[in-house]
Amino acid sequence: MIRVMLPTHLRRLANVGRELEISVEGIPTLGAVLDALEDCYPMLRGTLRDYVTKQRRPYIRFFACKQDLSHEPLDQPLPEEVVTGVEPLWVVGAMSGGCANI
Amino acid sequence: MSRIRVLVGTRKGAFILTADGKRTSWDISGPHFAGWEIYHLKGSYADPNRLYASQTSDWFGQVVHRSNDGGMTWETVGNQFMYEGTPGTHQFYDGTQHPWEFKRVWQLEPSRANPDTVYAGVEDAALFRSNDGGLSWQEFPGLRSVKGHLWQPGAGGMCLHTILIDPNDPNRIYTAISAAGAFRTDDGGQTWCPATRGLESNYELPDPYAEVGHCVHSIAMHPSRPNVLFMQKHWDVMRSDDAGDSWYEISGNLPSDFGFPIAVHAHEPDTVYVVPIKSDSEHFPPEGKLRVYRSRVGGNDWEALTKGLPQSDCYVNILRSAMAVDTLDPCGVYFGTTGGQVYVSADSGDSWAPIVRDLPAVLSVEVQTLA
Repeated sequence: MIRVMLPTHLRRLANVGRELEISVEGIPTLGAVLDALEDCYPMLRGTLRDYVTKQRRPYIRFFACKQDLSHEPLDQPLPEEVVTGVEPLWVVGAMSGGCANI
Repeated sequence: MSRIRVLVGTRKGAFILTADGKRTSWDISGPHFAGWEIYHLKGSYADPNRLYASQTSDWFGQVVHRSNDGGMTWETVGNQFMYEGTPGTHQFYDGTQHPWEFKRVWQLEPSRANPDTVYAGVEDAALFRSNDGGLSWQEFPGLRSVKGHLWQPGAGGMCLHTILIDPNDPNRIYTAISAAGAFRTDDGGQTWCPATRGLESNYELPDPYAEVGHCVHSIAMHPSRPNVLFMQKHWDVMRSDDAGDSWYEISGNLPSDFGFPIAVHAHEPDTVYVVPIKSDSEHFPPEGKLRVYRSRVGGNDWEALTKGLPQSDCYVNILRSAMAVDTLDPCGVYFGTTGGQVYVSADSGDSWAPIVRDLPAVLSVEVQTLA
């Protein structure tokens, strides 16, 4: 099981707690985890990445094991610590952005 | 006794304000969807407990919710807004052509007959409709074919922010877009025509009388007289007596004809409300005095309504969707400010009182009159 940590807004949207456990078939890549996450919680579709292009939304970041995986290929296997559940995969709202927010 | 439910969208959540028909003592519910920008909430005409809400976030994109119990509980519905076909391009700020990209829902307009049918006006400008209570959305691409390549974003983005459905003919729909203009369909959204003849934009367009490109800020109609439209344009308050075929100016004695919202009295089709703002570069009331202006004769002759409103040092703005009326008698008028105040007048604008003073910046105000 992959442990996934969501930011507050998305926890509320999905009506879940701080940490989720996601089961992934095949090689556990970031793309596979996101696919499984959206299958389990369809209300998250469109909030992390574009519906069609599957591109990450500009102010979403993926962290794990003190690394920023946001710019890594979606088909790259996740770190072993994430695959084994020792470390979670963090979905994070970037510090940048939100210029219109006052 | 009737009850009033005011639906307030703000930069940081939604709030629902309720009162009895006296409109003096209010209960405040919220924030709903705390932290999200709530561009618009609106209730169904056919089922007042069916509400729709548009949440948006620079981080997480667009979400749409609906409620079946007047906003006590909510459920997520569809947020996939796919342009039909190849979306093409529109003008961008730098004059180049830019691909159409969905950003957010600005306006939700339920049909008058069916609570599961709801229209959505979005940025980049397009009109969508759902016939299944918001679960899925389909675009009306004919709108963007009206010289869409010449449309360009205003300062707030290229948004379809106004949807008016003729109460007598659901196939006749008006939309307004910044900065593209006003448009009308008579066939339920399949084909559209510009509704801009008579608009003049001397400082915003190279051709002041261009068919498209005008920065329309909002349009209002009285349901008993849907061929008469009132418009607050970037500059100029306008009126049409022929369903948007032509417009003429009714700014008259306003201290400034720049502004954002416009509203019509519930029982007097010639009583119109605007909130003048100093200018396009100074988005606050002239002289720091918050004044609603009312015309009882359909325009040109305006009176300042000031009782209960701050008359010094007030530098808030009132955004395009942040003004509405109830249908009680006397008619109630409501507006919200970027300073977080929501004001009510229970006497058609003669006097005002704040319902709340310290909400986040108010983006939209809608009012439901409940039996």
